[in-house]
Amino acid sequence: MQSEKEITTKYLTLNMGPQHPATHGVLRLVLDLDGETVVKCTPHIGYLHRGMEKWSESRTYPTAMPLMNRLDYVAAVANEIGYCVAVERLLGVEVPERAKYIRTMTAEMVRICSHIIWLAAHAIDIGAMTVFLYSMRDRETLLDLFEMLCGARLLHIYPRIGGVRCDVSQEFLDGVYKFTDKFPKLIEEYETLIDQNRIWFQRTKGIGVIGAEEAINLGLTGPTLRGSGVAYDIRKVSPYDAYDKVEFDVPVGKNCDVYDRYRCRMDEFRQSNRIIRQCVEKLPDGLVLNPDAPGLDMLPGPIKKAAPVPAPEADAVPVMSPAGPAFTEIYSATEVPKGELGYYIVSDGTGKPYRMRIRTPSFMHISALPRFCEGNLVADVIALIGTIDIVLGECDR
Amino acid sequence: MDNYAIYDGLYAILGIPRDCSLLLQFIAIMINIVLVIAVVMLHVAYATYFERKVIGHMQVRLGPMRVGWHGLLQPIADGLKLFFKEDIVPATDFKAVFKLAPIFVVFAALSSLAVIPFFSTFYIANINIGILYILAISAVSTYGIIMAGWASNSKYAFLGSLRSAAQLISYEVAMGLSLVGIMIMAGSLNLKEIVSAQQQQWYGMYLFPQFLGFFVFTVAAFAETNRVPFDLPEAETELVAGYFAEYSGMRFSLFFLGEYIAMIVMSSMSVLCFWGGWTLPPVITNAIPQLNMVPGIVWFVLKVYGHIFVFYWVRATLPRYRYDYLMRLGWKVLIPLALANIVITSIVKYLA
Repeated sequence: MQSEKEITTKYLTLNMGPQHPATHGVLRLVLDLDGETVVKCTPHIGYLHRGMEKWSESRTYPTAMPLMNRLDYVAAVANEIGYCVAVERLLGVEVPERAKYIRTMTAEMVRICSHIIWLAAHAIDIGAMTVFLYSMRDRETLLDLFEMLCGARLLHIYPRIGGVRCDVSQEFLDGVYKFTDKFPKLIEEYETLIDQNRIWFQRTKGIGVIGAEEAINLGLTGPTLRGSGVAYDIRKVSPYDAYDKVEFDVPVGKNCDVYDRYRCRMDEFRQSNRIIRQCVEKLPDGLVLNPDAPGLDMLPGPIKKAAPVPAPEADAVPVMSPAGPAFTEIYSATEVPKGELGYYIVSDGTGKPYRMRIRTPSFMHISALPRFCEGNLVADVIALIGTIDIVLGECDR
Repeated sequence: MDNYAIYDGLYAILGIPRDCSLLLQFIAIMINIVLVIAVVMLHVAYATYFERKVIGHMQVRLGPMRVGWHGLLQPIADGLKLFFKEDIVPATDFKAVFKLAPIFVVFAALSSLAVIPFFSTFYIANINIGILYILAISAVSTYGIIMAGWASNSKYAFLGSLRSAAQLISYEVAMGLSLVGIMIMAGSLNLKEIVSAQQQQWYGMYLFPQFLGFFVFTVAAFAETNRVPFDLPEAETELVAGYFAEYSGMRFSLFFLGEYIAMIVMSSMSVLCFWGGWTLPPVITNAIPQLNMVPGIVWFVLKVYGHIFVFYWVRATLPRYRYDYLMRLGWKVLIPLALANIVITSIVKYLA
C-alpha cells in the first residue's frame, strides 16, 4: 500500500506545433501541462526565417519591395506601404496626394482582409465553423478588387517609393464603393453567428486579461493593445499617407480580455470601411507616382539625393550619425492590421540600406504569449493564439 | 412477455411458423441481423453525405458535387478510398490494444441496434430491458476510446481519450436519469411497449409531458456521440484529432462509423422514447384517417432524420465548449434537471 506522500505527479509536456491546425503556420509551443492547465508555455519560432533583414541589405531600396510583402502575407500592401513610407522619409521623397489616398484605401482594404482571416481562424479555433466560410466569401470580393487593381490577389507589390505603381480605374472605384455599401451588413451577419452565443461568451470573456500598463510593458500594439484599453493607433498618433485627412475612430476595449479584443477588431472593420469610403469620395486628381522618385533602375552606388529629410512627423526624426556625414538612421512606424510595423534603416548614402531591422507586431505578441497562456487551460491557448493575431511569416521574417 | 419468442416480428415477415426447426430459426435470425446492419450501414454512408450537404448549404457552399449527380456517389468513393489506404500502426507495445480499440467502438454501436424496433413488426430482439441494454452497451464504446488513446502512444490521443472518458461517464448519468421519467410514465423498459404506451395518450408523444427529460436527453445525446458543441475529445484545433489522431485508413473509418451509428442509435432512442416511434399522435390520425395507410417505417425514418438534421444544424452553429464548462453543465445543470424531472413525474403519476 502506497502512502500518500509517495505518489508523485509530473507535468505532461505537450509539443504543440509546428504542424498543428491551430498554430496558424509554423508556431511551435512547448506546453507543460498539469492536467489540462498550462503551467509553462515556451514559444519556439524561426521555422519560417528567410533572412529578410540581411537579404534587403544586398538589394537596392526599390528592389527590396517583394521581400516586404512576404512578411505578413495576408496583408501584403500594408507591409509594402510601411516600407515605402520609411524609405520616403529617409530619402526625402514627396508622394502625390492622389497616391496617398490610394495607399490609404488599399491599406484599409487589406486591413479588412487580414481581420477577416483573423475572425475566420479565431472562430474556427473556438469551434464555430460557419463564420469561417461566411467571412472568406467576402474576402474573395476584396481579392477580386485587388486583382482588378494590380493583377495580384495576395502579394501585390503595388506601392512604389514615391507613390503607387499604376492609377486606379473607375471600374475599381465603383467596385470598392459597392463593397463599402454592403460590408456593414455583412459584419452584422458575422456578429449574429457568434456574438449572441453563450458558449462564445464563456470561451472569450474573462480569458487572457492583460491590463493597460502590462500590455504596454509587454510591447503589445494594434488591436491587441487597444483591446486592453490603450487608445494607441499610429494612424492617429503620427499620421502618414492620408490618415490625417480622413475621419475615423479608434475602438478601445474595457475589460482587457479576449472578447474585448474581438469587439475591437469587429469595430475596426466598420472604421476601415468608413476610411475606404471617404478615400473613394475624396480621391483627388493628379499623378500617382512622383517622377523624381527612385525607380527600379536605382543604382546601388552612392546616391545624390540622399539627404536627411525634414521630418514632418514627430517619431520619424532622422538622426545624424557621427560615423560619417552620409550616415543616416531612421525609424518609421506604420499601423498594419496586426499592430505597429516599424522599419529601422541605417543608410550609408548608397542605394542599399547599410542595416535594416524590422520591428514586427507578431514577434512582440508571440513573446507575450507565455504571459497570456500560463495558468489557463489548453482550450484557452487556442483562443489566446487567436486573440494576439499573429502571422509567422512576419514574426520570423 | 414470452422471452423465447423474441423474433416474432421476423416470423411474421418471413411467414415462418413459430414452431419451426432450430436451424431455420437460426437462419432467420442471421438474415434479420444482416438486413439491419446492411440497411444501417447504407444509412450511415448517406448520413455523411446528408451532413456534408446540409452543412454545406448552411455555410454558403454546395458540399460534394463531383462524384455522381450532385455528389451522390461521394460516400462510396470515400469508403473505397479509406479502404485502400495504408494502415499505419504506431510503434507501441500495445499493438493488439491499438487494433482492438476501433472494433470495440463499432461493436458497441452495432450491438445497440439489436433492440431498436424500427416499426411494430421489425426488430432483431424485443427484450424487456431495452433502454437499460442500450445505455449499458453504448458505455462500452468508452473502453474503445480509452484503449485507443492509451495504445496510440501519442499525447494528443491520450488527452483526447481522457477527456472522452470523463465526458461520457458524466453524461451517461444525466442520460440515464433523463429516461427514468419515460420509464415511470410507460411503466416499462421495453422500447416497443414505450411506444405503445405513448399511443394510449391523445397527444401520442412523451415529448410534451417529458419536455425536461427530452431537453436533458438531447443535450446528453450530443455529448455521448461526441458531436459539436461537445466534441472536445476530438477537438480538431486543440487536440488535432483527439483519440483517433494516430489511426488511418480502415481503422479510422471504423471510429467514424461508430460515431455515426451511435448518432443514429441516439436519434432512434429519442424518437422511440419521446416522439412516439413509428406512430403518429392519435389526435392527428383521428383527424386525418388516411395517414394510417402510411407504413410506420416512414414516420420512423422521417423522425430519425429530423433528429439527425438537428445534430448537423447545431454543428454548423455553435462553438465548442471548454472542458470545465462541459463538466459544470453536466453535473450542475443536467443532472439536477433530470432529478427534478423524476420527482415531478413520480408525484404526478402518484396523484393520477
